[in-house]
Amino acid sequence: MTGQLRLIRLYRAVVYPLIQLTVWSAASLVIISAVTLALAVVFNRQVAGGLTLVDFVVRTLPQVAIDGLTIGFLYAMIALGYTMVYGVLQLINFAHSEIFMVGAFVGVEFMLLLNLPPDQPVQGLLLVILLTTLLGMAASGLLAVGIERVAYRPLRHAPRLVPLISAIGVSFFLQDTVRAIEGLVNNAFFRNYPSFPALNEPLTLASVTVAGEPVTVQMQAKIILIIVVSLVMLSGLNYLVNATRLGRAIRAVAQDQATAALMGVNVDRIIMLTFLIGGALGGATGVLFGIRVGRIDPYVGFIPGIKAFTAAVLGGIGNITGAMLGGLVLGVLEAFAGAYLSQFTGGAFGSEYKDIFAFAILIIILIFRPTGLLGEIVAQRA
Amino acid sequence: MPPLVQPISDVRAAASTIARPVLELREVHTYYGHIHALKGISLVVQPGEVVTLIGANGAGKTTTLRTVSGLVKPRQGQVLLEGQDITHLPPHEVAALGVGHVPEGRRIFPRLTVLENLEMGAYLVRDPGEIRRRLKFVFEVFPRLYERQDQPGGTLSGGEQQMLAIGRALMMEPKIMLLDEPSMGLAPVLVETIFGVLKQLNEHGTTILLVEQNAHMALQVAHRGYVIETGRIVLEGTAAELAKNPQVQAAYLGGLD
Repeated sequence: MTGQLRLIRLYRAVVYPLIQLTVWSAASLVIISAVTLALAVVFNRQVAGGLTLVDFVVRTLPQVAIDGLTIGFLYAMIALGYTMVYGVLQLINFAHSEIFMVGAFVGVEFMLLLNLPPDQPVQGLLLVILLTTLLGMAASGLLAVGIERVAYRPLRHAPRLVPLISAIGVSFFLQDTVRAIEGLVNNAFFRNYPSFPALNEPLTLASVTVAGEPVTVQMQAKIILIIVVSLVMLSGLNYLVNATRLGRAIRAVAQDQATAALMGVNVDRIIMLTFLIGGALGGATGVLFGIRVGRIDPYVGFIPGIKAFTAAVLGGIGNITGAMLGGLVLGVLEAFAGAYLSQFTGGAFGSEYKDIFAFAILIIILIFRPTGLLGEIVAQRA
Repeated sequence: MPPLVQPISDVRAAASTIARPVLELREVHTYYGHIHALKGISLVVQPGEVVTLIGANGAGKTTTLRTVSGLVKPRQGQVLLEGQDITHLPPHEVAALGVGHVPEGRRIFPRLTVLENLEMGAYLVRDPGEIRRRLKFVFEVFPRLYERQDQPGGTLSGGEQQMLAIGRALMMEPKIMLLDEPSMGLAPVLVETIFGVLKQLNEHGTTILLVEQNAHMALQVAHRGYVIETGRIVLEGTAAELAKNPQVQAAYLGGLD
């Protein structure tokens, strides 16, 4: 009986969330692709390179989809940091974007320190990146714990606006501290992740012909790596939260702190661990993000941070599954907007306008469904 | 030298163990901000007893329990658990020492399943075999919970939630169980069931401090009782004495016969 029970729990905690993630990824891709294709058919005309709009969309769709998923996973991992902290403290940790940024910097400094020759084979690089990710996780996790101790815990019983302001203060403090350190040590406040040809080389995953059009699906090794690491992290988190004693305590504290304490739960410690886990996820994402974009600066956390916050709100803040869903939907939507906006509008709106989508979603969700797609927590707490 | 002294202190230690109450409050004063909620509460619960604290709304019954479990801190006085001073311990340490508090309004975790709620009760138990043994016991006491174990706690009916709250505290195998208004909001037949279970648990050795507005039911299961009014104990005695007391009858048992 107990063996069976354990299997059921394992299924619920690991397999089911993975299925859910796959379904959501597929669903958001299918829906948004369909809408894009429909729009392309409606507004079909010649675009640059002698292609029609439909041809252009069909040829680029797989690549855009992969980009969308990659960004989506990254947003999901950052969003988890916001949502977990919100779950236990009803605090929006606006310093989370800087926790992410510090992870990216720790990662880049470590990789620069290693000073690897660029012609590394993939296997060795994977190991290095894994190590860098772990280091970024440790740094960001500990930083998050420190921030909670210094900037939030003393304000635990203050009005809710006060820790929010404190969070923004921490945010500025971290940006400028990193900037000052990098400026002093390095004479410039940005850093470039070392680039390795083995990671950037596109691997052709599939090549098919759709209606006479050649469609190839290519992925750089680093993108595959980002997706795999994200999936491992998201599954690991699901397992931790849904199937372990610690995860149960985190959920109990999120639902009712006083009663959790009556069960013998050290609430302060659980809050600390929540920051550690959320921060570590943020740090890992920082490293992966840095590897993806290459160049990072102390302000690199702001935009991904606020978008991941949007993702958390979209999924229902405080809701862990919601954060993953929100991240995926937002990532995919943004990738499509970035890729097709300028072609669809005849160049009137460039891809830089893609950010409008994220923030329009934030506003719409806050007006019409403030509890988010999967959330009911806010309503219950109010 | 020590051999001469040792036996005497041993006897004293043994004697104090025998006479030592599970829970003792000594002149406890608790404030909520400027409101003086408890004005010198003293009470004693002996091992194996059911002691009830009866009184009107706002008399300080819930505050007394919250003071014991560390959710509010008394400004003066002492709370002793088996002679150990727990006055200034945080709630999770009080729980670890063996106080199982079933809070007012049940306060089950609505989005944890029934099973997870129960497992939270045994949060401090690391041995899976022990957790299983306790679960089995709770499911024997409340078969309904066994049927509902995979359901989120929030979807249970009021009576089932009360069973879950008591079951969760039983998972702690507490030295003393603090029960805050277990009859609140329940249909009379369910109140009977819950009190039947309490009586049964007590016969199996659970010590209970019971807070109730339903003085009639409370005095039926309790051995002794205290009457609390505006933060002070105004009357104490055996349950039978209290039930016969004209003041108690007028104020808390009104409408009986």
